[in-house]
Amino acid sequence: MTARRASLMVTCLGDLFFPEVGVSIVRLLRKLGVAVDVPADQTCCGLPLFNSGYRGDAAAVARRTVALFKESEYVVVPSGSCAWMVKHEYPGLMADTAVGPEARELAARTHELSQFLVRVLGATEFTAAVPGRVTYHDSCHLLRGLHESESPRMLLGKLRGAELVPLPGADECCGFGGSFAVRLPEVSSQILAKKLANVESTGAGCLVACDAGCLMQMNGGLKRAKSRVRALHLAELLDGGR
Amino acid sequence: MSDAELTTPFRQRAGSAMKDEFLQEALTIATTKFIGLRREAFAGFPEGEALRDRARAIKEATLQHLDRHLETLIANVERLGGHVHFATTPAEARSIVVDIARRTGARMAVKAKSMATEEIHLNEALEAAGVTPVETDLGEYIIQLAHERPSHIIAPAIHKTKGQVAELFTRELKRPAEPDPEALTRIARAELREKFLQADLGITGANFAVADTGTVVLVTNEGNGRMVTSLPRVHVAVMGVEKVVPSFTDLMVFLAILAKSATGQKLSVYTSLVQGPRRAGELEGPEEFHLVLLDGGRIAQIGGPLREALSCLRCGACLNVCPVYRQIGGHAYGYTYPGPIGILLTAMLEGAPAVRDLAHASSLCGACVDACPVRIDIPRMLIELRREVDDEKLAPWTERVAFALLTKLLQNPRLYRFAAKAGRVLQRPFARDGRISRLPLPFGEWTRTRDLPPVASRTFQERWASDKDLRA
Ligand code: SF4
Repeated sequence: MTARRASLMVTCLGDLFFPEVGVSIVRLLRKLGVAVDVPADQTCCGLPLFNSGYRGDAAAVARRTVALFKESEYVVVPSGSCAWMVKHEYPGLMADTAVGPEARELAARTHELSQFLVRVLGATEFTAAVPGRVTYHDSCHLLRGLHESESPRMLLGKLRGAELVPLPGADECCGFGGSFAVRLPEVSSQILAKKLANVESTGAGCLVACDAGCLMQMNGGLKRAKSRVRALHLAELLDGGR
Repeated sequence: MSDAELTTPFRQRAGSAMKDEFLQEALTIATTKFIGLRREAFAGFPEGEALRDRARAIKEATLQHLDRHLETLIANVERLGGHVHFATTPAEARSIVVDIARRTGARMAVKAKSMATEEIHLNEALEAAGVTPVETDLGEYIIQLAHERPSHIIAPAIHKTKGQVAELFTRELKRPAEPDPEALTRIARAELREKFLQADLGITGANFAVADTGTVVLVTNEGNGRMVTSLPRVHVAVMGVEKVVPSFTDLMVFLAILAKSATGQKLSVYTSLVQGPRRAGELEGPEEFHLVLLDGGRIAQIGGPLREALSCLRCGACLNVCPVYRQIGGHAYGYTYPGPIGILLTAMLEGAPAVRDLAHASSLCGACVDACPVRIDIPRMLIELRREVDDEKLAPWTERVAFALLTKLLQNPRLYRFAAKAGRVLQRPFARDGRISRLPLPFGEWTRTRDLPPVASRTFQERWASDKDLRA
């Protein structure tokens, strides 16, 4: 094990809508002997602004984040898309400014949760909070942005009390896409409907993802359809056996 | 699509497409098939990844010196006895082709599948000049009969089910047709055979043009390209200037990945190499050969934000994997080139304002980049276009105000905390059992089909600040 201390970047969606995810991460990391701090005054990584083309505004928000995590040795992020924003877009956004080098350093020190657990800590043995059959949805930014499909599957595959079943079309988008979900709600919803039909076909009781955006979208659809399937963040599922 | 149809907002066009059951059936079957075929083709081809990088590098290097490569191409085509024309605009390209038709007294033109001639709306111009254009690619033939436009770069009639094609043939060709692809192909073949013999003009696009040798390369599966380039007296090829490749060695790299990306084939059934008109002693080939080089906004992008899009091979892979294209098909986009790359090409050809809405027709999932043989970063350029739309203040003022407010809020943690509190108060009438099922606009766009989680009674940061247990 290499990390003794890590800072949690809770992200706007995680903070406002899914606080249990942050709580689970704190507990998980602590059990692994990693002290967690949460730098105060966090808001958002700026991805929603960036994706909608408001690059200057996104850069202003990003500069705040860089300053907040300046002292952190490791930064852990529960969402693949936010981790991707910090790792892939921050350096470019601030390239020609005084904080350019700091942005590059932050990018190198930042890890999406499943990657941090598997690739940094080498921790892969956990107990399921909800036992039974689970399936995994690849979030687009984690899969194609950070090229990560193995770590979450390894964690779920070894998870005590859970059986991981493959999801047909696991690598296909859930239709969230930030503002896309409300700009073209009909298209977004039809993409979601196909995703959820695949989910139901697996017979899993629990759908796992590593991105708050996808979870919001997929859970929104599952609840509306009164499905018995629950969409959970990876951290919530790993946080069993307390 | 006509201008009248374009006045329907994009969102509505997409909505109607999703209600069209035939379209939905056809799209799902075809795109799923293409995705599987492409995946298999590359799975059994370990050198594919390196070739993709190589192909991209060749495209980049060629763009660096596009003028030089075009000069070489022109010199070689002329050396072989061909004529080269340069068209800055679609209108110029149209009149070049129409003039050739007039001068040679052509009454009928057979055409191979070509997106460049779709882009310049050549068929309408030919008809107006008294020349009958006949599409000879099966898909193009189908949509010409139906008076439609292609809805996919390589599968123009992808939006039609075989049942619909059978009905169309029965009605338009006055012969009873069964919904069986082979039988339908036989009917089309029989219809087209005489046209090949009657036509005075053969019109094609070009997948590539090799500068070194002056060779125009056509990649087809039906062999119609070969007939179009050899039977009529005159052959005209129309191609975007970016299609030039320096040498045959380069060409081989592209051929190795193009068909795999498009249809999952190792190579397409026919790769036709056309080198000028018939020479003395040759038995086949046209008496005249013309190459029309089309700019149409491309050259300006060599140094512009859409430069990467100039590497496109028009394989269609990005359409097949695009979750948006897979729901709405090609026509809803409203322009010649559909799908994710189509949005970029439309911006290139028509200007950024044309894609004000289309720039947002993507969840930015990145499936296109992964599928693209030359790894064009389409999402990055879509974001760039969104920025251009914002900078030019083309976005609705309500949206601009909303994003300005959001920026303020995300830069100021006190405002952010206040917004969380305000959200908790405002959501009270709507939240029930830990979910929100109905909200006023604009959030109503979400809740029409999906529940929304309410703002948590205590945000994570509020918990962290007040719960000692959590911090310990
Ligand atoms: S952008 Fe890439 S995937 Fe799409 S048509 Fe062009 S070459 Fe093919």
